[in-house]
Amino acid sequence: MKESEVCVSIKNVSKSFGKHQVLKDINLDINEGEIFGLLGPSGAGKTTLVKELAGLDEPSKGENYLFHEKMPSLNLIKRIGYMAQSDALYEELSAKENLQFFSELYGLKGQKQAQRIEEVMELVKLSGDITKLVSNYSGGMKRRLSLAIALLHEPELLILDEPTVGIDPVLRKSIWKAFSDLKAQGKTLIVTTHVMDEADKCDRLGLIRDGKLIAVGTPEELKKQTNSVTIEEAFLVFGGVER
Amino acid sequence: MRVMALVKRILRQLVRDKRTIGLLIFAPILVLTMLYFVFNGNDYIPKIGLVDVPELLVNQIDTEGAQVTTFATETEAKNKLAIQELDGYLKIEGNTPTIVLEGSDPSVTGATMKWLQNALPNPSQMEESNLNIGYLHGSSDMGQFDYFGPVLLGFFVFFFVFLIAGVSFLRERTTGTLERLLASPLRKWEIVAGYVIGFGLFTMIQSTIITAYAIYVLDMVMEGAFFYVLLIILMLALTALTLGILLSSFAHNELQMMQFIPIVVVPQVFFSGLFNLETVAEWLSWIGVLTPLYYAAEALRDVMVRGYGWNDIYPNLLVLAGFCLLFISINIMVLRKYRKI
Repeated sequence: MKESEVCVSIKNVSKSFGKHQVLKDINLDINEGEIFGLLGPSGAGKTTLVKELAGLDEPSKGENYLFHEKMPSLNLIKRIGYMAQSDALYEELSAKENLQFFSELYGLKGQKQAQRIEEVMELVKLSGDITKLVSNYSGGMKRRLSLAIALLHEPELLILDEPTVGIDPVLRKSIWKAFSDLKAQGKTLIVTTHVMDEADKCDRLGLIRDGKLIAVGTPEELKKQTNSVTIEEAFLVFGGVER
Repeated sequence: MRVMALVKRILRQLVRDKRTIGLLIFAPILVLTMLYFVFNGNDYIPKIGLVDVPELLVNQIDTEGAQVTTFATETEAKNKLAIQELDGYLKIEGNTPTIVLEGSDPSVTGATMKWLQNALPNPSQMEESNLNIGYLHGSSDMGQFDYFGPVLLGFFVFFFVFLIAGVSFLRERTTGTLERLLASPLRKWEIVAGYVIGFGLFTMIQSTIITAYAIYVLDMVMEGAFFYVLLIILMLALTALTLGILLSSFAHNELQMMQFIPIVVVPQVFFSGLFNLETVAEWLSWIGVLTPLYYAAEALRDVMVRGYGWNDIYPNLLVLAGFCLLFISINIMVLRKYRKI
């Protein structure tokens, strides 16, 4: 793991909205080909950090580098697959029409487009519902369709904001299996979550609380350092609540 | 091309939304039809009372076009006036005729006065048969609907396009799809261009249907070329579209979008020439030149009522194009809030 290239580099990043400081001096390197989990309660600043990486926001102080290039940059955006916390889908259109629209934005056409649509829908197990209108989809199905759209253009870096919210355990497992497959293809994944048991499936974790990065390491390292059995306990220790 | 992907998606969404299409096409048609019947109804027949008017004079009065009743006493006529069964009565005091009017409805008052002026014999007046009236524009049978029509046509297109475009862009923002678009390599100007072309295409169809209906079915006066009318309406619709998108950035939900109607849309009606602008208070008259509808209404009247062509309407079209460009550039700037590049 140590030898691999740095993919994302967050340097001294702070962010304030007015007087409210959301991110406080964050320094973090994420390596190519790993699944990096950002763990923290809601309101901790995960989404803000992830949005900055996706180019939708800029830090008030500090810089974000993706593939050694400074964000935001339109060139970099093409190499990222972003899935927001809210399902950004057009409900009046069918799943297929949504997929067609977003793939055209990334310049996918004709046969290649049809093939990619089939592949990603297979991956999220929605192939049977492709012609349905999105308004008839359940919450979990919408979540999976959003994921499929983020994967369409075969991005090197995937930024997924709470990808498994509202998805049942069986499907969640298959989605995490898909994440490992993507990792095996050499992709880098950044996943935010507040579900502690998902954290164990990540290669490395960053614990965020009140805009501060309180710890970084593999799940085992974090547990060992704090003499904890679960990530939840480790989080409490790093957060200064217990001990 | 990315812009075309956006255009295709907008048209697809519109086609799915039957209600919105109905609102955009049939609502203006319905309202224009109603206005047609309101404005082009029969002339009002005033109800006139004659109090103690000498027989000789009564015989001279041309009673055509009014309901004339004779009363013996003034009190009797006054009572009828009070319960609005009479619009006015005429009495002769000494040698001077006096007219008393009910007076609560200016249009009824006007009709009554007009009738009385024509009906009363007046030897000093020029005999009407000798007077030849010529018209530079219009004709004696041009009704109010013909004069207001072009303005109303423009207004309804403006109003409905403003609302629908504003709300659809607002939805794009509130559902998070706008953010999703900005997380793709789509450029900011491409988003605005997609909206302008997508809604522009639809507006072209909408304007053609509504204009054709107004001219060929409702028989709105049409002296100039149909093509110019379409061109003006289209430019106005694009202005409404870009303004709607712009203002939607300042609304958090559909209700707040509606709140712009009394502030942005309705005042334009007053300054668009529906009411004579020369009678507007001086300190307010500057508002007119700031409203897009003012220029569109002027150009529409030039073509439809006065039969003018390109040379007379292009300054107004240029102003509308200027509004469009201004709103488009502000739109692109506002999108910077979401993504800096």
